[in-house]
Amino acid sequence: MVGFLTTIFNWAQGILGLPATSLADALPWWDILWAFIYFVGAVILLIINVIMLIWIERRAAGFFQERVGPNRVGPLGLLQTVNDTIKLLGKEWIMPAAADKLIYLIAPLLIVTISVTMYGLLPYGPGITPVTLNVGILFFLAISSVNTLSVLMAGWGSNNKYSLLGGMRTVAQIISYEIPMALSIIGIVMITGSLDLGTIASSQAHVWNVFIQPVAFVIFVISALAELTKSPFDMTEAEQEFVAGYHTEYSGIRFTLFFMGEYANLFSMSALGVVLFFGGANGPFLPPWVWFIGKTYVFILFMLWIRWTFLRIRVDKMMKFNWKVLIPISLANLLLTGVGIKIWQAATGAIKW
Amino acid sequence: MAKQFGTLFLFLAGGFVLSLVIVFVNWLLRPRNPNVAKSRTYECGLETEGPTWVQFKISYYLYALIFVVFDVEVVFLYPWAAAFKSAGLLPFVEMAIFIGVLALGIWFAWKKGAFEWN
Repeated sequence: MVGFLTTIFNWAQGILGLPATSLADALPWWDILWAFIYFVGAVILLIINVIMLIWIERRAAGFFQERVGPNRVGPLGLLQTVNDTIKLLGKEWIMPAAADKLIYLIAPLLIVTISVTMYGLLPYGPGITPVTLNVGILFFLAISSVNTLSVLMAGWGSNNKYSLLGGMRTVAQIISYEIPMALSIIGIVMITGSLDLGTIASSQAHVWNVFIQPVAFVIFVISALAELTKSPFDMTEAEQEFVAGYHTEYSGIRFTLFFMGEYANLFSMSALGVVLFFGGANGPFLPPWVWFIGKTYVFILFMLWIRWTFLRIRVDKMMKFNWKVLIPISLANLLLTGVGIKIWQAATGAIKW
Repeated sequence: MAKQFGTLFLFLAGGFVLSLVIVFVNWLLRPRNPNVAKSRTYECGLETEGPTWVQFKISYYLYALIFVVFDVEVVFLYPWAAAFKSAGLLPFVEMAIFIGVLALGIWFAWKKGAFEWN
């Protein structure tokens, strides 16, 4: 195993043109230990998050619709999701005979892999970022769009007309809304001058970006909802049109994996929103990671509030809204941000004309 | 650098292993009573008719094309944005032209009716 890894490492060094070092020099054992600690921490956080978020979502839905929601299992129904998870772990494997087996089986594994990786990129506080990349935000966006692939694989592999339609629609929606999201983030990058998520978060110690870039914030929230396929953009799960969208044919544990991925992504997308617009882990008195998680949960509640308040919009209107409203506005916002920064720099004498 | 990418690799590999472990636990615990009716394609109880993998509506393809064009340009915008503050006025003018080309692209697709969903 170690010999195999060493070979891969030397090969990668050769490709990247780096000076040759041994694997043990580049990766001492304490770094490997830290990587494992971070990984276990991220997985524990992910599982707690998923359990809490499903409970919060169901309770919040009950609250918004003037009913009670789950309240029998455990205090306030807190153990309902644990109960459901244990039940789902003991479910039978049902795979449609007509399915494209390999694609059908890999799709749910992929979505969980991606959501675990996204947890590794978030800056939970100064010094508690599992993976600090100098192109963090770009990598985050790139890896989050791999989810599209998983949706497409599920839709295609199921060999079911509803699944395929749902999958195709979801892919069209996710890729379309990725553009305004990326454009709205560029404004933040211009102000911060860094692509590293930790630097973006710590640069907002005095003023949160939401006050500097309000238009970008609105665009970000709308496109984040669309990326997560939450209502009013839940064309994916338009029950009246196609049964359950791309995961119609998934049941038992594979459905659980999709559900897990979806809620894990809800957290990481909200966390990205907090990092970009609400100062990340900055805050007085409490430890930074408490601020980070707290802010993220407030952001999630805000998303749920939108989700349970607005009605689903029609698919053609959704696409038109994206291409004809959101993208022109975000381009204009980009130009305005550029002009604003240059005027501010000229006023403070940072640049000479 | 090796530390960061090593951790990243661990997250990717570990995430995959985690999902495999969950599936494996289910494989151990599952009841086994297969039935032909269970593994039929579920389309609201009716027998499925005709192949699923057929030629698909052209609008999806158009959106995908426009998406590729825009996403590549957005990737070009990121390094520019990161260096924006430290650079002078010239990059700004250049990027205004670049965004102008982007806007022209949108306008063209708009006039061609690529954003209409029929």
